[in-house]
Amino acid sequence: MNRIMILAKKELNSYFNSPLGYIVGSVFLVASGWIFMQSFFFYEIASMRSFFSMMPIILIFILPAVTMSSWAEEKKSGTVEVLLTFPLENIQAVLAKFLSAFAFLGALLLMTFFIPLMLIKIGEPDRGVIFAGYLGTLFLGAAYISIGLWVSSIVKNQITAFILSLVVIFGFYIVGSSMLLDSLPPLAVYVGENLSLSTHFNSILRGVLSLKDLIYYMSVVIFFLFLNARAVGERNWR
Amino acid sequence: MIKIENLVKKYDSFTALGGVSLEFKDGEVVGLLGPNGAGKTTLLRILVGFLKPTDGEVEIEGMDIKKPILEQKIKSKIGYLPELAPLYEDMLVGEYLKFVGKMQGVSSDELDKKVKEIISKCGLVEKKNAEIGTLSKGYRQRVGIAQALIHNPKIVILDEPTTGLDPNQRIEIRDLIKEIGKDRTVILSSHILSEVQSTCSRVVIINKGKIVADGSPEDLEKTGKGAVVINMEVDILENNLIERLRSVAGVTDVKAEGNKITIETEKEKDVRAAIAKITVESGAGLLVMERKQTSLEDVFINLTHNENE
Repeated sequence: MNRIMILAKKELNSYFNSPLGYIVGSVFLVASGWIFMQSFFFYEIASMRSFFSMMPIILIFILPAVTMSSWAEEKKSGTVEVLLTFPLENIQAVLAKFLSAFAFLGALLLMTFFIPLMLIKIGEPDRGVIFAGYLGTLFLGAAYISIGLWVSSIVKNQITAFILSLVVIFGFYIVGSSMLLDSLPPLAVYVGENLSLSTHFNSILRGVLSLKDLIYYMSVVIFFLFLNARAVGERNWR
Repeated sequence: MIKIENLVKKYDSFTALGGVSLEFKDGEVVGLLGPNGAGKTTLLRILVGFLKPTDGEVEIEGMDIKKPILEQKIKSKIGYLPELAPLYEDMLVGEYLKFVGKMQGVSSDELDKKVKEIISKCGLVEKKNAEIGTLSKGYRQRVGIAQALIHNPKIVILDEPTTGLDPNQRIEIRDLIKEIGKDRTVILSSHILSEVQSTCSRVVIINKGKIVADGSPEDLEKTGKGAVVINMEVDILENNLIERLRSVAGVTDVKAEGNKITIETEKEKDVRAAIAKITVESGAGLLVMERKQTSLEDVFINLTHNENE
């Protein structure tokens, strides 16, 4: 446990030490802030609905940029050989990388807290919905991160990892969209909707936190972290 | 103590190690020598637990590396410097060594002391607060070695620790390895012979995944396949000199090129006096005579070259 935290801390530090961390952070803040402000001044409603509804799309670009280097760069520079010869299980290394990226996402979301604070000051937003929105974003982000980490563990180049993660996450996201499912048989619709990252996120956004959605996100995270540990264990990236 | 028995490693259809058996005793400084692609790195990677063997047994300090329950315990006994000393470029030297110390389980009250110790031992005092990405190759190598030593492991494994260094840096690293080897087992790989000769008490030559020689550098030189060669130069080459030289007992072959004569002889016999006498008797003036002993280099070339054919 201790080693997981040591490694996670080091990884988190490297996000804050690298220009990429700041670029990603700034892009996230500008994009999410801009989307919020636009609807805020247009509709003049004290609500974060537009902010959260755009989160899945913004994070599709942001989180692969966070996770792209985590394994790909270690493999490219060879540091993975040092890392994996520490007295550390593969799954512990994977968990540490997951935790650090998740903490980075947490820090990004923390920086948007000025929005709900401002809304509470000037109006009466539904606090429950805002809370659910942040919680849903954390779940969704955790799923994105686990997919991004897995992709990073099977390729050797950061850019490839970024693009491939983006594609896989986007696939998981649109598989539940009505546009795609309309013409399909009911069983496919059922599977598509239940597999989709967006369906579950939208139900949380409505303020309904069901066990089903929780289990869904947990399963996605565990599944991809497991794949990640397996890919790392196979060491077949020579 | 490391015991390796019939170790096999295959990558798909390529066999990197084809049945290697070896034993490393405590306190030995062993040089693993071989041409590029011989299987040195694969062997080291299996020892440090980075790769799993396809077949065979490896025991480190009496622990079987195949048992998952022992994996972490074995890893903590080993310090490892991979080839090209990969390091986290964005970290500071001191910060990095601290991180590795923590990962290796150095207790927090000892950590600062250990880091300080290793920094001075590896000659990194003035680079303590430098970013690793800005260091020269020699310093990077030192950080890599320091990283392998931070938890005071019983076994230190260094993969090509001096590759890419200039001669001065090489000597420095060589001295450092000698110092490290005083109180622990060191296994290092290299394709530079002088290196191994000057630092190691034992040399294992590996080629195409197989051990082709094993012994002290001196032993290997003695048992080398190459013969003793005498190079000679005369002022005039009388007609029958070559024939007469061939008839000397102990001479196995004589070749002439212009006035230069190369004589191959059996190792045990020193035939220089007899050759000189015959040469002068033939009426030629003896200008140069030089006896060349086989070096470790000849042994290496012989062993690895023959195998390649």
